[in-house]
Amino acid sequence: MNSQHPDGSVFSNIVRAPEDPILGVTVAYNKDTSPIKLNLGVGAYRTEEGKPLVLNVVRRAEQLLVNDPSRVKEYLPIVGLAEFNKLSAKLIFGADSPAIQENRVATVQGLSGTGSLRIGAEFLARHYYQHTIYIPVPTWGNHPKIFTIAGLSVKTYRYYDPETRGLDFKGLLEDLGAAPTGAIVLLHACAHNPTGVDPTLEQWEQIRQLMRSKGLLPFFDSAYQGFASGSLDADAQSVRMFVADGGECLAAQSYAKNMGLYGERVGALSIVCKAADVASRVESQLKLVIRPMYSNPPIHGASIVATILKDSDMYNEWTLELKAMADRIISMRQLLFDTLRDRGTPGDWSHIIKQIGMFTFTGLNTEQVAFMTKEYHIYMTSDGRISMAGLSSRTVPHLADAIHAAVTRIP
Amino acid sequence: MAFRTGISRRMMIRSGFGLRSMSSWWGSVEPAAKDPILGVTEAFLADPSPDKVNVGVGAYRDDNGKPVVLECVREAERRIAGKLNMEYLPMGGSVNMVEETLKLAYGENSEFIKDKRIAAVQALSGTGACRLFADFQKRFRPDSQIYIPVPTWANHHNIWRDAQVPQRTFHYYHPETKGLDFASLMDDVKNAPNGSFFLLHACAHNPTGVDPSEEQWKEISYQFKVKGHFAFFDMAYQGFASGDPERDAKSIKIFLEDGHLIGIAQSYAKNMGLYGQRVGCLSLLCEDEKQAVAVKSQLQQIARPMYSNPPVQGALIVSTILGDPELKKLWLKEVKVMADRIIGMRTALRENLEKLGSPLSWEHITNQIGMFCYSGLTPEQVDRMTNEFHIYMTRNGRISMAGITTGNVSYLANAIHEVSKSA
Repeated sequence: MNSQHPDGSVFSNIVRAPEDPILGVTVAYNKDTSPIKLNLGVGAYRTEEGKPLVLNVVRRAEQLLVNDPSRVKEYLPIVGLAEFNKLSAKLIFGADSPAIQENRVATVQGLSGTGSLRIGAEFLARHYYQHTIYIPVPTWGNHPKIFTIAGLSVKTYRYYDPETRGLDFKGLLEDLGAAPTGAIVLLHACAHNPTGVDPTLEQWEQIRQLMRSKGLLPFFDSAYQGFASGSLDADAQSVRMFVADGGECLAAQSYAKNMGLYGERVGALSIVCKAADVASRVESQLKLVIRPMYSNPPIHGASIVATILKDSDMYNEWTLELKAMADRIISMRQLLFDTLRDRGTPGDWSHIIKQIGMFTFTGLNTEQVAFMTKEYHIYMTSDGRISMAGLSSRTVPHLADAIHAAVTRIP
Repeated sequence: MAFRTGISRRMMIRSGFGLRSMSSWWGSVEPAAKDPILGVTEAFLADPSPDKVNVGVGAYRDDNGKPVVLECVREAERRIAGKLNMEYLPMGGSVNMVEETLKLAYGENSEFIKDKRIAAVQALSGTGACRLFADFQKRFRPDSQIYIPVPTWANHHNIWRDAQVPQRTFHYYHPETKGLDFASLMDDVKNAPNGSFFLLHACAHNPTGVDPSEEQWKEISYQFKVKGHFAFFDMAYQGFASGDPERDAKSIKIFLEDGHLIGIAQSYAKNMGLYGQRVGCLSLLCEDEKQAVAVKSQLQQIARPMYSNPPVQGALIVSTILGDPELKKLWLKEVKVMADRIIGMRTALRENLEKLGSPLSWEHITNQIGMFCYSGLTPEQVDRMTNEFHIYMTRNGRISMAGITTGNVSYLANAIHEVSKSA
């Protein structure tokens, strides 16, 4: 075989990239041959039977779409499905939001949360005067990669307090207070990933006042609206608070969890602007980011979402199924807490029921985590994060046993 | 429970509290130029004229001017809907879909597939595949440039620009003959520094429809070997050009036989009519399995901060069709129908123009192949086509043959004749 290049391949210097730490957990879980094993790694919802769930309302929407002979597969516009964009903006900002009514919101369909964050980050790197973004410690592992590759410089602000397993509010205010004027700040709208620790509404108000006084630009990541508390409106309060003061912000939305559309990659990026003509120009520039990336977004997932959101029956059905998922997770939290308490497991485990959303930051250290994997075949990320969605009433006792063993044998 | 801040917006503005100033952060953002291709369809849709014709964007239309969803696709969708869950695909996408897709490009019994020498990932149609490659090229060959044919699909320039890979051009289209400028192309290949990266259209060149002959491809491949150049093929029209997928991949086959380690961007937008589903594949032929594993892992690293993992439904449609012999047969039939209709419209357009007594030669209409015809019309003539005849096309004179029907071909020929007869 002839190689066209003197050294052979032009890419012969390439080394294998490390496994993604989160997705690598499932890889390891799948390799484990033990009959009793638990995957608490990736944040995808599971039923009480440990199965993935496609919502009934999503199945209904799919059937409507597939049975409609008039549907075609033409390219969407670069900004995506218009109906989907409008409905998504209403969902996060509220149907009566003045920003929407005044046409001040530029919304584009994005490839789930990841894609929406990336488009927003690219836009900021090109058009915003400040190229520093502050992200909380800790945050979703992919956040720093997205912002860095887009050309932003990533700094951090204190967020999680390991002592209290709650919010380091003082540290947060100090760090944001010290940020340069105009810096971008990444905020998890609700159900902070990976800690599950959210500010209270009073704390959000203080954050808002501080940020506005320093001209810090809010960039919300909303991946769990409705999935955290069970209420779509309650989970959007932080975002709506910022929009209500008339200021500008960015918001990335994902339908991966709250509509169970994970692999369909459905999301949206909205940029709330001061004026309608600004929003229009902003939208035109967002198109220039999207076109050389993938030209236009996929139709299927967005069509499912639009079908559901615009039909009041289906919308209501969705809110019920969403609440059921959120309630199951909340009940798993309660069950785990009760079980640990009944076992007399040393330590304060109240953070399990105080934290919210898909994940719990257990507070377990890396040795304890490794111990739980080796001895109890429980898989989680090494930072001690567990996905509550992976638990069932059947498996909670096994997890409690493992935690009990870990904290008593490995202090 | 509704949340109230207790502070009205007016109060906040008046007190200056919480709002830096009344001006937007985006006040200086310029309105971006409209995309030249997609902007054409927008303008077409806005035109109220009953005579309007859209020969702008490259999406297939049937003889009634209607978009088509292939039967094999409808059947695949019926099988999928309501049956499968929507879990995340791996970062590299659907393994089944990628496997089937590689067979189309590299051959059903390709030794490279057997030897696992191909690093391949599902991508967001052809655009996404090109972009992944461009970003990969930037990351691992940061000193390299990309040689792009003149002309090419406009978005190619945007893709490599956003990937921050410097661009050079090479001669391709010969305006005088409305064919290939083969001599200049070969000069450019020879004069480029050894080991340069070239973007090649595997078949049905967009926008000209001008492809090298098999002999010419062999010469290009030979020269590439001499120079140690890297060939990246954008194959967006396999099957759609001649009606025969194997024939349309001939250029790739020639390069593989000559031992080149190539890259390929494949798209199912046109040949499976999956446009809006965004289904494609990026592959890189490596020296061995170990290298392929390494390269694939790095491609995934580029995908992760862009979209994490690719969309599932389109991939399921593809793997359902290609994995079922009956459905695959149906697909091959349907692809041939599309290609044949276009070839028929080429013939009809040329005949109409010749019948009108046009002084110009229209041979190129039937010499060129695929979705597009480079008519040779100037931007001014194109503007007349739009303003006087409500015919929409891109200003480079590119006509999408798929937009032509037995119903509008004579109207189109007439308009072309009108604007060009005194040229």
